[in-house]
Amino acid sequence: MKEFSYIIKDEIGIHARPAGLLAKEANRFSSKITIEANGKTADATRLMAVMGLGIKAGAEVVIKAEGDDEAEAIAKLQEFMEANL
Amino acid sequence: MEQYVGKTIYNGIAIGRIWFYEKNQQQVKRVKTDNPKAEIARYEKAKEIAIAQLNDLHNKAVTDVGEANAMIFEVHAMMLEDADYNDSVYNIIQTESVNAEYAVATTGDNFSVMFAQMDDDYFKARSADVKDISERVIAALAGEDTRIGDVNESVIVVAEDLAPSETVQMDKSKLLGFVTRLGSSNSHTAILARTMNIPALIGVDIDNSWNGKTAIIDGRKGLLFIEPDEVTLAAYEAEKKKDDDAKKLLKKLKGLPDVTKDGKEIKLYANIGSVADVANVLGNDAAGIGLFRSEFLYLEKNSYPTEEEQFAVYKTVAQNMAGKKVVIRTMDIGADKQVDYFNLDKEENPAMGYRAIRICLDRVDIFKTQLRAIYRASAFGNIAIMFPMIISVTEVIRIKEICEEIKTELKSNGIAYGDVELGVMIETPAAVMIAEELASQVDFFSIGTNDLTQYTLAIDRQNSKLDSFYDSHHPAVLRMIKQVVDSGHSAGIWVGICGELGADTSLTENFIKMGVDELSVSPSFVLPIRKIIRNVKYA
Repeated sequence: MKEFSYIIKDEIGIHARPAGLLAKEANRFSSKITIEANGKTADATRLMAVMGLGIKAGAEVVIKAEGDDEAEAIAKLQEFMEANL
Repeated sequence: MEQYVGKTIYNGIAIGRIWFYEKNQQQVKRVKTDNPKAEIARYEKAKEIAIAQLNDLHNKAVTDVGEANAMIFEVHAMMLEDADYNDSVYNIIQTESVNAEYAVATTGDNFSVMFAQMDDDYFKARSADVKDISERVIAALAGEDTRIGDVNESVIVVAEDLAPSETVQMDKSKLLGFVTRLGSSNSHTAILARTMNIPALIGVDIDNSWNGKTAIIDGRKGLLFIEPDEVTLAAYEAEKKKDDDAKKLLKKLKGLPDVTKDGKEIKLYANIGSVADVANVLGNDAAGIGLFRSEFLYLEKNSYPTEEEQFAVYKTVAQNMAGKKVVIRTMDIGADKQVDYFNLDKEENPAMGYRAIRICLDRVDIFKTQLRAIYRASAFGNIAIMFPMIISVTEVIRIKEICEEIKTELKSNGIAYGDVELGVMIETPAAVMIAEELASQVDFFSIGTNDLTQYTLAIDRQNSKLDSFYDSHHPAVLRMIKQVVDSGHSAGIWVGICGELGADTSLTENFIKMGVDELSVSPSFVLPIRKIIRNVKYA
């Protein structure tokens, strides 16, 4: 399993559109990808669940990937977070 | 006439007949089925239709309100494809052996409640999105289109609530405004209304008996008038016409450069008196701020504003203007602008008295506080400073020494500041006469025509008895302006006008031919002046 943590810079937090894009991005990998914040965990491919975490600006999230392509998934998701959130 | 109060979403005026919109109440019934597979297939088909509709809406919205605002429909489509949402629908159909409509309605309610219970306004408002997509699928299951009914005339739409899809689907040419009971100013519908410039109120206690009645939405004051009387109607019609003319002009001229027919570029800036005015400056597309009257910082307080307070204000303005020029005039207190805590003596003739730069050069501590704040803010944008009521070169030399002291202090404290142009206001006949000498000391001139006219004609503008003697186009003043422009140009500096004459459209062509480089006017005059600039020749 691989993981990284990230502080949300977007002022609304993980709002609808980035949550949707994150779901799409996470779906490209066979690894199981989760996002953790505020002591709760959600499957990153699930937009509503990710929005349900209510992640706001300044929150720290941990993204974990477990599976065959976990290294690549983590690298790409890190890029994604920096570009979108 | 009845009057109601609501919360403003977009501050325009709408006048027209009310069309009361009631959603087709999709009464979803729970129906048992012995073929859940067929219900799942129906759901899949309906979802496909709903997603196709959302893609169409997205395309329409991109054209109407731009990519950024159209994204909501892309997000709606994503929500419909969300695994949890779909799992919930499948699960309800299979475990309860019920119809697809019921499964979708229940799923929609559950997710909507989840969002509604979140403690952040943004996420709370998403509950309406989930309802919207669920209703769309249910309508598709019934073979209905969710398009809002066609209307023949332009109307003010009144409804309990409007979904973003409903807002975008309405024929914009027929939508004068809308009024709802529900909704938040954070909702996508509200954002869309603002982008489409549609006057809108929310939180109004609506009534379906209004259908067909004439109404006025006053988005500025958050008022709704039902069956307005003639006087009210006439007043709002006049007000609306003014708005419409301004809007038309804006549409035609927004984004166009301020260049004369023969290619001379004019700096067309705006005058402001507070931070709140910046929105107007940007809304009217001014290329910068040519006169930021800093007095309000002193006038609205009971003691001297601190460096930090001033810095915060200047910095905000500089940042909001995002690299466009912001010319800050140092405080012009005295004369008609009196502040108690300055403890100024009563004067026989305050217009010619202890005011503006005279106070600053006498009470240097006050001056330095302001200058430090401005220099610090200059690291965050494109700031220039100008000094009012100048009558001699000695004053300018002293001011520049003080500015150098400030810069040295900031540097030794490791505080950043930007390149700041220094200019003087030309508003006394003395300054006009010595403009050549002044020009060699500064980066620009800004002609303050109000005081210049008052001092040149020896006419007190506060005394209405003198109105018949007063000529705002007096040749003495116009010749002075010409002389100042020539003096400035021979020293290679730019010359602008920031007084009321700058906004006098009957003189704009004159000024351009004189070689005036900059006009700074009230924000609402920017576009009318732009129109003239683009139609005249400099040479």
